[in-house]
Amino acid sequence: MSDGAFTTARLHGASGIHFRPVTMERKRVRLALILISLAFLALFLVMPVLAVFVEAFRGGWPAFAEAIFEPDAAAAIRLTLLVAAISVPCNLVFGVAASWAIAKFDFRGKALLNTLIDLPFSVSPVIAGLIYVLMFGSQSLLGPWLKSEGIQVIFAVPGIVLATIFVTFPFVARELIPLMEEQGRGDEEAALSLGASGFQVFFRVTLPNVKWALLYGVLLCNARAMGEFGAVSVVSGHIRGLTNTMPLHVEILYNEYQFAAAFAVASLLAVLALFTLVVKSVLEWRYADEIAATRRH
Amino acid sequence: MAATTIATVRKSSVIPGFGLALGVTLTYLSLIVLIPLALLFWRSASGGPEEFIRISTDPRTIAALRLSFTTSFIAALVNLVFGMILAWILVRYEFPGRRLIDAVIDLPFALPTAVAGIALTTLYAPNGWIGAWLQPFGIRIAYSQTGIIIALIFIGLPFVVRSVQPVLEDLNREVEEVAATLGANRRQTVRRVVMPALMPALLTGFALAFARAVGEYGSVIFIAGNSPYKTEIAPLLIVIKLEEFSYSGATTIAVLMLIASFLVLLAIHLIQSWSRRRYGDV
Repeated sequence: MSDGAFTTARLHGASGIHFRPVTMERKRVRLALILISLAFLALFLVMPVLAVFVEAFRGGWPAFAEAIFEPDAAAAIRLTLLVAAISVPCNLVFGVAASWAIAKFDFRGKALLNTLIDLPFSVSPVIAGLIYVLMFGSQSLLGPWLKSEGIQVIFAVPGIVLATIFVTFPFVARELIPLMEEQGRGDEEAALSLGASGFQVFFRVTLPNVKWALLYGVLLCNARAMGEFGAVSVVSGHIRGLTNTMPLHVEILYNEYQFAAAFAVASLLAVLALFTLVVKSVLEWRYADEIAATRRH
Repeated sequence: MAATTIATVRKSSVIPGFGLALGVTLTYLSLIVLIPLALLFWRSASGGPEEFIRISTDPRTIAALRLSFTTSFIAALVNLVFGMILAWILVRYEFPGRRLIDAVIDLPFALPTAVAGIALTTLYAPNGWIGAWLQPFGIRIAYSQTGIIIALIFIGLPFVVRSVQPVLEDLNREVEEVAATLGANRRQTVRRVVMPALMPALLTGFALAFARAVGEYGSVIFIAGNSPYKTEIAPLLIVIKLEEFSYSGATTIAVLMLIASFLVLLAIHLIQSWSRRRYGDV
């Protein structure tokens, strides 16, 4: 029988006998797996983020500040904030409505609805942009009418907002649905039987139960909304100072070989990503307790 | 009228707001997702079958689709292996920095793809941090298919880890102890007891990473070099067709991509349900 078959006991000097549980690999294997993982993460995650900041500050603070406060960059930052400020609340309302319908009621076609909500995750961002060009572009059915009314959707802010909404569509709903399904309907039914109105039930019972998951979904939704590139690139038209979001501005600067400026703007987006991760981790530690609490009662 | 149709759709419940919530959900879903996607299929068919076949058999289209699907498959395989190892060490081992690593795994979800694209290109370009070391050996990563795979590994990294992690946490370790008492060594236990239980989760992670990689645009275009037939991915070809005002070209390639992704996901779903039947649901 090989030596790994049963619990192996070894003498460790004076410290006594150490047991390795049967459900644990040998120390050599453990160490190797951890080192492989660390090397993989260092190469694929740490190095790229490090590269962004090193390249951004290559020209020192003055060059960095100039790249960020330059008018086109400032316009791109404002547009990115505007797009996120419109698309995130839209998806928030949708996410709450969808999870209320799916988690609190039984109806035919629920499984199908659940699948359809996830659909935007498996559609390429480029296709997400394309469908709105087909819908509102000059070649579309609506095109001539939109033109006569003087409404511009494609190569303008509305198109960018629509494409962003599409790619961030499932985020809030995805976080809320599983949690609300798990929490069940007991709390709401109890509140109703005690005479609460529908709105009171929602704002006083349901919302406090899911607030952290909701915040978490909004956070991920926002990170993606501010960072979306492919979908926005197709509908934006890349007009500087007008329809350029931050990621598109990064691309233009990079293609013009203004690497330091490109990385300076990119570093702002990287800071947003790191901030999102920090808040997300903090929430996860709290949120885990909260799920445990809902399981208890 | 409306009340009776709602009553037939839904089973009775005292909780209010069903009509409003479902109404908002269906309206929004239709306007944002369903109608525009339906329009895509309708527009791709409006050119007639000859046009559709001409574009889909064009060598450049075929080369782009083949490149997108093969590079995505390789990247998803790499993520499958490393994702499994990462999930394993995060769940089973205690070591300093474990929580930090757990938090960092989601970075590709949070970091904008364009930022990832320019950062990876800076690292792997022939004069880059890593590229310069590989240059003397004649290894070229940026502006080649390897570069595309590197970018796709980056963006798909969290999927397998996050699919496997919860399943591994819930796995009953007594089963492994039983296997050991029955004389299995550790390797046999992992291969024949643990892996089959993780199979559905591994496949789910693989499928998600693959689907995301096929559609990926932002991070790839910087590192790919984008030369037709060699390093031109399908989403880029859609953008190029659109810039040439070839709407039939763009819609046809988009429809082909969606159909191909759907078939791959369906195949994975079938394998998954087969493995569930074979090894039991965990």
